[in-house]
Amino acid sequence: MNTAVDVDDVSKRFRLYHQKYSSLKERVLHAGNNPFEEFWALQEVTFDVVEGETVGIVGRNGSGKSTLLKCISGILQPTKGKVVVRGQLAALLELGAGFQPELSGRENIFLNASLLGLSTREVEKRFDAIVAFAELEQFIDNQVKYYSSGMYMRLGFAVAVNVEPDVLVIDEVLAVGDENFQHKCMGRIKQFQAEGRTILFVTHAAEQVREICDRAVVLEAGQLLAVGGAAEALHQYHERLMAQGTISGSEPSPDGQPALRRVRLGEPNMEHPGTGSRPYLLPGEPLSVQVPFEALEPVNDVVFVVAIRDQQGTLLFKSDTLSSGQPFEAPLGAGRVDFSFDALPLLGGTYDVEIAVTDHSGMVIDVKDPAVRFDVMNPGRSTGAVALQMRAEIRPPILG
Amino acid sequence: MTETTAEVAADTDVADSSAAGGTATPGVIDLATRGELAAARGPKTTRVVAARVNLPQRVAELWRVRELFVFLVRKEIKVKYKNSFLGFLWSMLNPALTLSVFYVIFTFFLPNGIPNFVLYMFSAVLLWNLFQTSVITGTVAVTGNAGLVRKVAFPREIMALASVGAAVVFFVFQFLVMVLFLVGFVHPPDWPVLWLAPLALLAVVAFSATMSVFLSAVNVYLRDTQHLVEVVLFAWFWALPGIYAFSGAVHNKLANHRLFGIPGTHLIWVYFADPLVAPIMTFQRLFYNVNHPISTIAPHKPILNGVLAHYSTLWYASSDLVVFAVSIVLLVGAMLVFGRLEGNFAEEL
Repeated sequence: MNTAVDVDDVSKRFRLYHQKYSSLKERVLHAGNNPFEEFWALQEVTFDVVEGETVGIVGRNGSGKSTLLKCISGILQPTKGKVVVRGQLAALLELGAGFQPELSGRENIFLNASLLGLSTREVEKRFDAIVAFAELEQFIDNQVKYYSSGMYMRLGFAVAVNVEPDVLVIDEVLAVGDENFQHKCMGRIKQFQAEGRTILFVTHAAEQVREICDRAVVLEAGQLLAVGGAAEALHQYHERLMAQGTISGSEPSPDGQPALRRVRLGEPNMEHPGTGSRPYLLPGEPLSVQVPFEALEPVNDVVFVVAIRDQQGTLLFKSDTLSSGQPFEAPLGAGRVDFSFDALPLLGGTYDVEIAVTDHSGMVIDVKDPAVRFDVMNPGRSTGAVALQMRAEIRPPILG
Repeated sequence: MTETTAEVAADTDVADSSAAGGTATPGVIDLATRGELAAARGPKTTRVVAARVNLPQRVAELWRVRELFVFLVRKEIKVKYKNSFLGFLWSMLNPALTLSVFYVIFTFFLPNGIPNFVLYMFSAVLLWNLFQTSVITGTVAVTGNAGLVRKVAFPREIMALASVGAAVVFFVFQFLVMVLFLVGFVHPPDWPVLWLAPLALLAVVAFSATMSVFLSAVNVYLRDTQHLVEVVLFAWFWALPGIYAFSGAVHNKLANHRLFGIPGTHLIWVYFADPLVAPIMTFQRLFYNVNHPISTIAPHKPILNGVLAHYSTLWYASSDLVVFAVSIVLLVGAMLVFGRLEGNFAEEL
């Protein structure tokens, strides 16, 4: 098997200047005393990707994912180390990057495709396919500056995927766009995969990684935390997230190895007033989540943690059995933990419930993420995230 | 609700077993097959991204994206005259109008005594505009395309080179105007030595490319560059034999001076050190050529024939070649500087 992308000991340093000087006067005035902080966005990252493989890159915001993609695609040069790419690479870091607003859609297709490395003859051959994929037949001769953001994005993606590179690098561009378009993009990516093209992509959606990736690379503060099978790497990623979020000041496991699994969590179950009749909750309804567990040895320092996140990963709520004053001791065997919320004052949206079992130091023993997912359907007209109780009273002006 | 331990155990096992890596993902054809498919697409080029990429690799990369060059040149031209009523005509109208202003001034108000002054100046302005347009647009080529530089990977030099490419296209159209002038004045070029024209053009293009590549990189770090360039270019134009006659204003006046005991005429090389002088004089020799002085007089002995120097054809050819050769050497240097500075472009912009 040939290596498609070889990331060899790549480090990238950024200098964060407190104040950026780019005029001659400022440079002279501040010569030698412009304080900056060195920041290593990537540190000695090494891994390789074989041809045809699909690799997901996960990590929290600021962990160096985008920097890594930029180093691989050649937008940034690593401070140390090197990246060797075999074959043509197309990077999709931002849909429609490089579009010229003054030019028409047609002209932009040619310009953008050649930026991504496609020859004119090939563009001509694929022109109709690109336009059809973008669904822009009517508007292709309009100036791009009159396009809506959706049209702009569709055109960007259509060009990029029709370049048919050997290596496709995708940043979180798929998170934008309507559901229909996202679905179409995923379909195209899978087709790419089936054609034996190498794909590297950054995503926050764990489901996407599980769905299509052979392996995942986990980055944490610029360092490679784990490389491995998608499921296992994701697991480590979540453990790390949980471990750092649970108890402040606690040392996360230094080598990133999963802790010995003394307690295993089973399949969670969810109940709400509409269970059986409708698949969603209404704002303010109660919810309970039950998770069976099995203790493989007697335990006396176990904490159950529950967290609710929205689809952007924003933490809405997090608590645990220790905070609620329920230290737990148990003999060997099976049990069940129930988390009940009397009322969820949430407006419309989809939410993930994450459940974990940790020890008192915050070290994760097992985690279910998401344990369950629920939707809230907002029948009213108010918008936002929280279902606040609101009364409005209008006092009309008194005439005379 | 299930409480069976078997299921619980099975669930954790799945997570553990996939640690081996490369295990089949459901619904996806297996990796080995995909690898074969990839290999079947034939040999692939290898690209290295590192802090230093050597010059041959950079040049190879530029050659690989030569079509992009064409598109960027096209873009540059289209965007420049988009939404203007006369559009592309401006590229010809602009120098014609500038020229008429100079014509009126230096024929009626400050007569400089150059016969057929329009042709004399136009010969110089043709090459000057090529250089000036290249450098002004080239300097802001990287900073002006910040969005592209931050998001798309391609050899960055090509943006500066595309500025030169666009300037060459404008040159061609302005040259057509020149042809109209020559026909209108019934003033044929000096046919036997017309082959010097491409040589002079090449020299100016090479020098413009050098300046554009160098300045585009410097401007990323020092935004003063773009303002400084405008002033320097303004002064530079007056240092060229476009408004005044070379023989009368430069050569003969130098003869009146001595510097550290060296006769002024021996210092004429200082004037020729300006890489634009020789090509511009070549163009004037070809298209202006008062009295058609096909010279047999030895080089470096200019005589006053009113306007032009009486250098031999060989002198023009070798001077242009020297400018070209020096520009190519400097271009290599500019590419190296560009390569050093390029690494931080995406951060600096």
